[in-house]
Amino acid sequence: MKFEESPIFAIFERLGSKAIGTLEKLGRSSLFLMRIFCGVFELLRRSGLLIVQLYSVGVLTFLLIAISGLFVGMVLGLQGYTILSDFGAEQTLGVMVAASLVRELGPVVSALLFAGRAGSALTAEIGIMIVTEQLSGMEMMAVDPIKRIIAPRFFAGLISMPLLAAIFSMIGVLGGYFVGVGLLGVDEGAFWSQMQAGLDFREDILNGVIKSVVFGCVVTWIAVFEGYDTVPTSEGVSRATTRTVVHSAFAILALDFVLTALMFGNL
Amino acid sequence: MLHSKSVAFFVGLFVFVGICALFFLAMQVSNLSSFNDRESYHLIAKFENIGGLKVRSPITVSGVRIGRISNISYDKNNYEAIVEMRIDAEYDTFPTDTSASIFTAGLLGEQYISLNVGSEDEFLAPGDELELNQSALVLEEIIGKFLFSRAEERASP
Amino acid sequence: MEKMQSSPTDSDDVVVIRGLSFSRGGRKIFDAIDMDIPRGMVTAIMGPSGSGKTTLLKLIGGQLYPQAGRVVVNGETVHELRNDALYNLRKSMGMLFQSGALLTDLSVFENVAFPLREHTALSESMIRSLVLMKLQAVGLRGARKLMPAELSGGMARRVALARAIALDPMMIMYDEPFTGQDPISMGILVKLIRELNDALGLTSIVVSHDVQETAAIADQIYVISQGKVVGQGSPEMISRSSSAWVQQFMTGAPDGPVPFHYDAIDYSTDILS
Repeated sequence: MKFEESPIFAIFERLGSKAIGTLEKLGRSSLFLMRIFCGVFELLRRSGLLIVQLYSVGVLTFLLIAISGLFVGMVLGLQGYTILSDFGAEQTLGVMVAASLVRELGPVVSALLFAGRAGSALTAEIGIMIVTEQLSGMEMMAVDPIKRIIAPRFFAGLISMPLLAAIFSMIGVLGGYFVGVGLLGVDEGAFWSQMQAGLDFREDILNGVIKSVVFGCVVTWIAVFEGYDTVPTSEGVSRATTRTVVHSAFAILALDFVLTALMFGNL
Repeated sequence: MLHSKSVAFFVGLFVFVGICALFFLAMQVSNLSSFNDRESYHLIAKFENIGGLKVRSPITVSGVRIGRISNISYDKNNYEAIVEMRIDAEYDTFPTDTSASIFTAGLLGEQYISLNVGSEDEFLAPGDELELNQSALVLEEIIGKFLFSRAEERASP
Repeated sequence: MEKMQSSPTDSDDVVVIRGLSFSRGGRKIFDAIDMDIPRGMVTAIMGPSGSGKTTLLKLIGGQLYPQAGRVVVNGETVHELRNDALYNLRKSMGMLFQSGALLTDLSVFENVAFPLREHTALSESMIRSLVLMKLQAVGLRGARKLMPAELSGGMARRVALARAIALDPMMIMYDEPFTGQDPISMGILVKLIRELNDALGLTSIVVSHDVQETAAIADQIYVISQGKVVGQGSPEMISRSSSAWVQQFMTGAPDGPVPFHYDAIDYSTDILS
């Protein structure tokens, strides 16, 4: 058998073409993102589009985020109390809950939930518009679909994400308070004062906000691009929607590591 | 947009709640309320061992926090750690023989600097150095001393 | 292939195509074709499925760029235009997609109003009047509050047509308007295409493979196959064409220059092995 026909060659060849395809997709999506950012000026004029998208992307995800935040905060309070009481450090529960939420769980979990609910919805919506030629029709009517359809959705996601992460963290802290102080008897004063002493605005809150902005950008970018790039069949749309959730999850967790290392690594 | 009025209302509500959440986190959860660019001045203290002291660790006197560590560096000529302290400007009446000690908050807590007020008449000026500072207690050294003293006790009848 | 003048009056052509070549995925879709679309008339472009008719419309509209040759619309070379100029040109072109391509979250009224809202600063009452006029022209003024999901296929196409004429374009392109329609809808669409063309002084390009309907309203027909123009002229001239291929296409004969059997090895060999 010639080398070109051997199975080893085939493996490498597949790997190579996959890599090239991935790079090409990355390039396409970057150009796509640039075109979206060029549409920000038009969006400022037609804020009505942005508001409608903020509703469907942000407001409708609110309930999911709030309930999840509540339960995550309560579990943190419960689990944290159990672990800390081994060291006699129950009074530091406030710091533990708040730090976990603000630094990590708030941005990350709300971004994952956002990707699952709003991201997949965006991909499906845009994908269907591709399949039914609505975007093509818009182009022929001399309306740029990127400015009219894609950009409002992107910026709505970008704005919603930090707000949702903050809501998640806030409700989580309150959930931890409810369990820790209300149910388990941690001292209320200690809960809040240790928290306020232990968390720094710049290092913790602001970093958490930066994380959620980065996540919002990446998740929404993936969502709208997968929708726009989809193969125009129903199967293509369903695959694109799945890809959005999976790729968003990978991106969030990988970026979280990188950002955490950058922000908190030197402490 | 059939119900654009209610859409706008809910969006406004959502953004409002989000901003409130950020505010809550800033105020209630972090130390923003005590974070202000009060006027301050710098003092230096050198230690043989700073233990787990970090930049932004608190500096207290009589248990009250009056400042934070702004910089930690190393003097390679005298083989000592140089700690730069940022003290609130309103606390400017420390005698020149004030010294600094490194203590630990609680058993396993973070480490901080506590100032021991001296008795001289003159006060420390910005940039002055504190003398005779007590370094951090290193756990291994304490255990070593303890074991050594126990061994001595055993040895001498 | 000699070019025959079908209508002596209009010498000014809205669309002029010269030497157009276009390939996609390694397959050559157009091979140096020439076409002239005269102003004010209905020109039909016919050919079998997959011959690239929709692609041709996209090339005229600037959504695709040719590998060679030129497409000139109203004196401007489409693929050399900058973005703003291209968008300007598109405002004077209306396009009717095969599926209608209505925006599914807007009502019929809003769909027709869409180009007006996007490109003009007209007042609401003016927009309302214009939209109702366009809907009246296609016979759907009473359906203005329906959503696209509630429309039948034929009605959706009529709404799309109303939307296409909203900005009073000089040219409309129809992509397979008759495909899959029942006889009544077909009749309505045929009537609308011809009447609108004459009443509004439009130039219409109809891409179709419905021979009978298209031939009934076309002033000029181009027949394309395998990337080349194989027939051109008025409907009567085409029906008398000497090309066997054109005859097979126009009469719908199952076998002829386009064979019935897909390329395969000898039948007895295949069955008996």
